[in-house]
Amino acid sequence: MIKSATIPDILDVEAIRSQFPVLNREVKGKKLVYFDNAATSQKPQVMIDSLVDYYSNYNANIHRGIHTLAEEATAAFEATRDACRHLINAPSREEIIFTRGTTEGINLVAWTWGRQNIGKGDEVIVSAMEHHSNIVPWQIVCEEKGAVLKVIPIDDNGELLLDEYKKLLSSKTKMVSVTYVSNALGTVNPVTEIIEGAHSVGALVMIDGAQSTVHLDIDVQKLDCDFYAFSAHKLYGPTGIGVLYGKKPILEAMPVFMGGGEMIKEVTFEKTTYNDLPYKFEAGTPNIADTIAFGASLQYTEKVGRDKIRRHEEEILKYATEQLEQIPGLRIIGSAKNKISLVSFVIDGIHPQDIGILLDNRGIAVRTGHHCVEPVMVRFCIPGTVRASFAMYNTKEEVDEMITGLHKAIKMLK
Amino acid sequence: MEENKAIQQVEEEIIDEFSFLDSWDEKYEYIIDLGKRLPDLEEKYKVEENTVKGCQSTVWLVASYENGLVHFKADSNTVITKGLISMLVRVLSGHTPDEIIDAKLEFIDKIGMTTHLAQTRSNGLRAMVKNMKAYAIGYKAMQKTV
Repeated sequence: MIKSATIPDILDVEAIRSQFPVLNREVKGKKLVYFDNAATSQKPQVMIDSLVDYYSNYNANIHRGIHTLAEEATAAFEATRDACRHLINAPSREEIIFTRGTTEGINLVAWTWGRQNIGKGDEVIVSAMEHHSNIVPWQIVCEEKGAVLKVIPIDDNGELLLDEYKKLLSSKTKMVSVTYVSNALGTVNPVTEIIEGAHSVGALVMIDGAQSTVHLDIDVQKLDCDFYAFSAHKLYGPTGIGVLYGKKPILEAMPVFMGGGEMIKEVTFEKTTYNDLPYKFEAGTPNIADTIAFGASLQYTEKVGRDKIRRHEEEILKYATEQLEQIPGLRIIGSAKNKISLVSFVIDGIHPQDIGILLDNRGIAVRTGHHCVEPVMVRFCIPGTVRASFAMYNTKEEVDEMITGLHKAIKMLK
Repeated sequence: MEENKAIQQVEEEIIDEFSFLDSWDEKYEYIIDLGKRLPDLEEKYKVEENTVKGCQSTVWLVASYENGLVHFKADSNTVITKGLISMLVRVLSGHTPDEIIDAKLEFIDKIGMTTHLAQTRSNGLRAMVKNMKAYAIGYKAMQKTV
């Protein structure tokens, strides 16, 4: 192995590991190896401290209060909105809507924009590698409106067939909703081309950024997508908070999602007028603590350096792929040219769940199953995969642990 | 099957067998071995109505009722689950509906396998226990109406 200390600008993984308290724990008497980062990442101490700090020192409801605590809480909450705007380079903070997560962001668009703009005979395009969260909301709208859901197929490498996509596009297409990065295969999709294609027929584009936002530099202006959704908990932030970005004119024209406090301007029993963006879509008291704490996570990754993190993760993925390929009978599912930070695999004659249980027995956390993308499993004729997904705190030594665990599991199960 | 033994007695035997296994590796090796030794269910039984579907693994459960006793056969597409269900079959098969309904199945906890019954383990084991008891309840009701 190359000694990393000689290369400048490299990630100090040991220092990073010491800032994630959960990495100190043991599982089944072994040191935890956490390779389930695509499901959720672990949390740095600064984020946990931020939660405690809010509840200990300035817990208050935001926006309406005129007292000191309310002002402090509002300022911290809105600072995260600015940080999110910066993260994805949205033109304005009004276009950053806080949600519970990616799933809610997609549902918000499907239920409001979708119901207003999708009609009988219209078409919505998704891809064959979508998470169920980016299938079901559109299915519901299509069913209700008599519209048709079309699917971009994938090839054996787990890449989208762009020619087939272009054939699906027509004046009937109203929405193209695709994932930037596949949570089951790791494929990075050519979203720029997808967006250009959709716009050429007058359709809008929603990008599911659940997997991509933590690994890639996101610039929604450069992408020119109409909507982009992501979750904080996959970016070293808390669960229960996410962001929906939408282009301002589209958001302004959209009907409201939920009614309640915060989202109103004036309420009478005769008529209610709605608040301006982004509050129009943020009914009720939001998840203040987690939003503030997410700000701390974003500051943290910024400080560590997103470029450095990306290079480190690329190295881990490359190393893990090379090591896994040497295991006889092991087949990697998803070998796209452009791929990030996770590797999915199956082993001949062994059910993924048995592998998962035996790895857990050695303190190694991987995900097994269909990863909420059943159509992908059907496409590859497998019951599911074992998925190892990486984050900034993972090491090559941990990959070695997994490889040893796999050899042992195969020996036990064969 | 150990049909003349009380459920409790078979549970004790399993607890005893596991007491000789020190490490988790050994426990799992034993369960895997049980899974491999449980005869495969004939294909004709592997149909939707016999399927106890978990999120990841599939379990098939077939029950029959003869002379007041419930008999179970089961299979799974994953080896560890199959090992676990083979123990359930060993404990519960060949007993009266009442005995099955009342069975506490404490052996699962005592051999350290409770995690497999947890909600998060969508391996069908929890549903398997539920279905076995449901069969017993069904047969009991049938017995009363006859």
